Amino acid sequence: MFNDIRLAFLWSDYLIFALVLALVAFVVSVVRNPLARARWSQVFRSRIGASSFLIIGFYVVIALLDSLHFQTRLEDTTGSGAEHYSPEVRSVLDVALAPMQGNDERTYSAPFAIYSFAKETEEMADGTIARVYPRLKHGGAHLENTSEHTADIVVKSLSVIGWWLIPCLVLISLHHVFVRNAASRLPWPVIYVTLTTIVLVCAWALEMSRYYHVLGTDKVGQDVLYQSLKAVRTGVLIGTLATLVTLPLAVLLGISAGYFRGWVDDVVQYIYTTLNSIPGILLIAASVLLIDVYIETHPEQFKLLSDRADFKFIALCFILGMTSWTGLCRLLRAETLKLSQLEYVQAAHAFGVSHWRVLMRHILPNTTHIILIALVLDFSGFVLAEAVLSYIGVGVDPSMKSWGNMINEARAELARDPVVWWSVTAAFILMFVLVLAANLFSDRVRDAFDPRMSGSGEQK
Amino acid sequence: MKPLLSVTDLRIEAAGTRLVDGISFDLFPGEVFALVGESGSGKSLTSLAVMRLLADALQITGGDVRLGSDSLFALTETQMNGIRGRRIAMVFQEPQSSLNPVHTIGQQIGEVLKLHRGQAKRQDIVQLLSEVGIPDPGDRVDWYPHQLSGGQKQRVMIAMALACEPDVLIADEPTTALDVTIQKQILDLMNTLRKSRDLAILLITHDMGVVAEMADRVAVMRHGRILEQASCEDFFRQPSHEYSLQLIHSLPQPGEYLQESGHDPLLELKDVRVWFAQRKGILQRIAGYTKAVDGITLSIGRGETLALVGESGSGKSTAGRAILRLEDIAGGEIWFAGNRIDHLSQGAFHPLRKRIQVIFQDPFSSMNPRMTVREIIEEGMESLGIRSAAQEREQKIRRLIERVGLEAGHLDRFPHEFSGGQRQRIAIARAIAVEPELIICDEPTSALDVSIRGQVLELLQELQNEMGLSYLFITHDLSIIPHLAHRVAVMRQGVIVEQGDTRSLMTAPQHEYTQHLLAAVPVIPQHA
Repeated sequence: MFNDIRLAFLWSDYLIFALVLALVAFVVSVVRNPLARARWSQVFRSRIGASSFLIIGFYVVIALLDSLHFQTRLEDTTGSGAEHYSPEVRSVLDVALAPMQGNDERTYSAPFAIYSFAKETEEMADGTIARVYPRLKHGGAHLENTSEHTADIVVKSLSVIGWWLIPCLVLISLHHVFVRNAASRLPWPVIYVTLTTIVLVCAWALEMSRYYHVLGTDKVGQDVLYQSLKAVRTGVLIGTLATLVTLPLAVLLGISAGYFRGWVDDVVQYIYTTLNSIPGILLIAASVLLIDVYIETHPEQFKLLSDRADFKFIALCFILGMTSWTGLCRLLRAETLKLSQLEYVQAAHAFGVSHWRVLMRHILPNTTHIILIALVLDFSGFVLAEAVLSYIGVGVDPSMKSWGNMINEARAELARDPVVWWSVTAAFILMFVLVLAANLFSDRVRDAFDPRMSGSGEQK
Repeated sequence: MKPLLSVTDLRIEAAGTRLVDGISFDLFPGEVFALVGESGSGKSLTSLAVMRLLADALQITGGDVRLGSDSLFALTETQMNGIRGRRIAMVFQEPQSSLNPVHTIGQQIGEVLKLHRGQAKRQDIVQLLSEVGIPDPGDRVDWYPHQLSGGQKQRVMIAMALACEPDVLIADEPTTALDVTIQKQILDLMNTLRKSRDLAILLITHDMGVVAEMADRVAVMRHGRILEQASCEDFFRQPSHEYSLQLIHSLPQPGEYLQESGHDPLLELKDVRVWFAQRKGILQRIAGYTKAVDGITLSIGRGETLALVGESGSGKSTAGRAILRLEDIAGGEIWFAGNRIDHLSQGAFHPLRKRIQVIFQDPFSSMNPRMTVREIIEEGMESLGIRSAAQEREQKIRRLIERVGLEAGHLDRFPHEFSGGQRQRIAIARAIAVEPELIICDEPTSALDVSIRGQVLELLQELQNEMGLSYLFITHDLSIIPHLAHRVAVMRQGVIVEQGDTRSLMTAPQHEYTQHLLAAVPVIPQHA
């Protein structure tokens, strides 16, 4: 069967795997350095740190699965012998979520519904024509008797949870008895609970998707759960990529402006005040429109639909990053101005420590709390900014699933009566969990890396 | 006589830790009662508890404070508000941060008057200002805090405290942030006021000199307990507790002077000037200069300590920084070990950094909080190319840390885990790690408690004897000089007004300013 597929790499796939490689390199360097290892292990020893890390990890795994793209080979119908591949690029996540795909309804349906949300004209058994809520094609199609609906959901849920809980418990007890090292101070109970919850939620959602639309369907009848999971990649990527673009700019310019002062400071300040005086949305909209024009005029570079969407997406990350580094830059400049007057920096000068080393050892480490906080706030900010941009029509490509697009559509859905709430709720919950986990995790990291806060506990 | 304010068995706890452990004292009208102790002894907490201004995390777990016939802990918050300011007023240590920078001093005093009396007449405010000795009170009532000097701000704070004619004034280290001559004026002012107004003053301080000058009765606090309570005279004549004795004797006795050693100049400054340009306008045109150091000439011999004395703003720290090339000099010459060094580029100066080192004032900001003690000590060695095998270097660091009185086990800790005195020891270890010949000590003891100050000074002297170090000791504290310096230079407004060997300068000062300075130093009566 593997002869029938061809791996397809989008540009954002390369970026995401480069990020993973960088992360691995970082982990290796941490493991080698005993001090850094001690600090990070402190993060993972805290209950909130461990469990929020696992949740972020779960999102990242989804994003990674969704970044392994391939195309399937088409039947050779022409007989020319040339190989043709489907223009549709699928990912490993699509395969994993197969039960949620291809079972599209005609239009909206509520979570776990068996009837459509909208009335349709149908010919009844007795030949009369009436406006009724038709049965769904997929949701609850196995039910003979609609009165079994609730019971069916409960029974199926309990059985799938029961089935998966048993292996989880077995694995946990095996680990607890044989592997668990008494010396390791990781908060295992919390880790067990978090992992089990993740496994159970996944199993339940997958299993229930075979019979129902767990989070309902959208306007064109697509499964909302599937959409919101596909949007994880967009959210994680836009958050990380855009933040990674802002970071070097803000850190480099901010710290050098604060440290060297003089003309360096003047130049940096001129740049960011100029950039700040242009309305951000306007700048982003203009840049996105430029990208659109580029794509229109160079169709030969973007053969596939997904190529275009991907190019636009990366461009959006860069544009977002390039336009929003000023806030962090200004904070870092101010902090560096303050730090460089402190006596330990003066002492370093008195020891003839080079500027580069002063920046790296004395200034940068003492600004990490600002950088970390800004990083997380930016991350959440970018995930939200994507929604705003989709709203005014300059966000990610409409063909790309994203929480922003889902929230954007909710404009019309929330105006209906009765309200179509599930689409926006799904996007909200997934976004909320990700942003909350990222915030909590960064809190722990900051605590661990600020010796002034962590010290008192270990001192005695 | 009935006590005005009486504290009985006061206990304060924070999260289970006893911070103040059952202290009792009485305060009578017209007397100054001094509560003496080092940092962390609980003396400021006591004063805040009297005002019921403790932070939420701190709890009063026992005892009583009575003002006249009222028990302060039994009052409601509203009633207590009527007491604060009207019957008990408070003056804090830092006048800079106690005044609101965006209101005139007249508005701020007026606010207090309005709150307690319902009206604030301009003439009352002017009257108050003139009582605390502000010159031209009629004009200055409309000034903003930044237009006043530190001493004048403290006077304004006192005027605010006195605005509602309180019975009790709590002064929490009222002169610690001020220069000696200003300190003298403020103490005199407080003395006059208590006589004219029959004011009871609870004076909180760590400075035995101030106690000797001001107090009628003294209580010594340590670890939340009062160790000793006595009249001021008895206290200095016959301290009953060992710790009190230690506090009194931590001040070096006058009359012991170091002998001037042979003069083989290591560092010479000839007419050195440090000017800061004042820039104006868009083009940053230089509109004038602030002459921080305006032509000073001095020299330091090998193994000698020169004390550079002056009040804040006299340019003494700037002079030290100029020697280190942390400031550029505008004119003059600096010679070090026979070579002229003021024109060297930063690169050419680099080898000299090994020979000239520095110890700063504030042990809390002079070390990077994110580096371990080992990294801090190692940094200078690395950057100045004292490269040796890792093992050898490790041994050297261990020797150093033990030499300054800490343990090798402390090397992997962070600076915040140490007390002020220990941090200053680490700073000393860092400086001597590169084996310098000259160390510029920029007020290394002024942030430390008295008993610790003595230990640090002793360490510096031992190192001088062992390694033949020279010190340029920048300080505003005249009391430590006899014990420490071979020679003294007195600086004022960027120039040296007088220099000479310690004995002659301290006993027979020539210049008016030096005489003035020496007279302002509070002295402890000698009974030994």
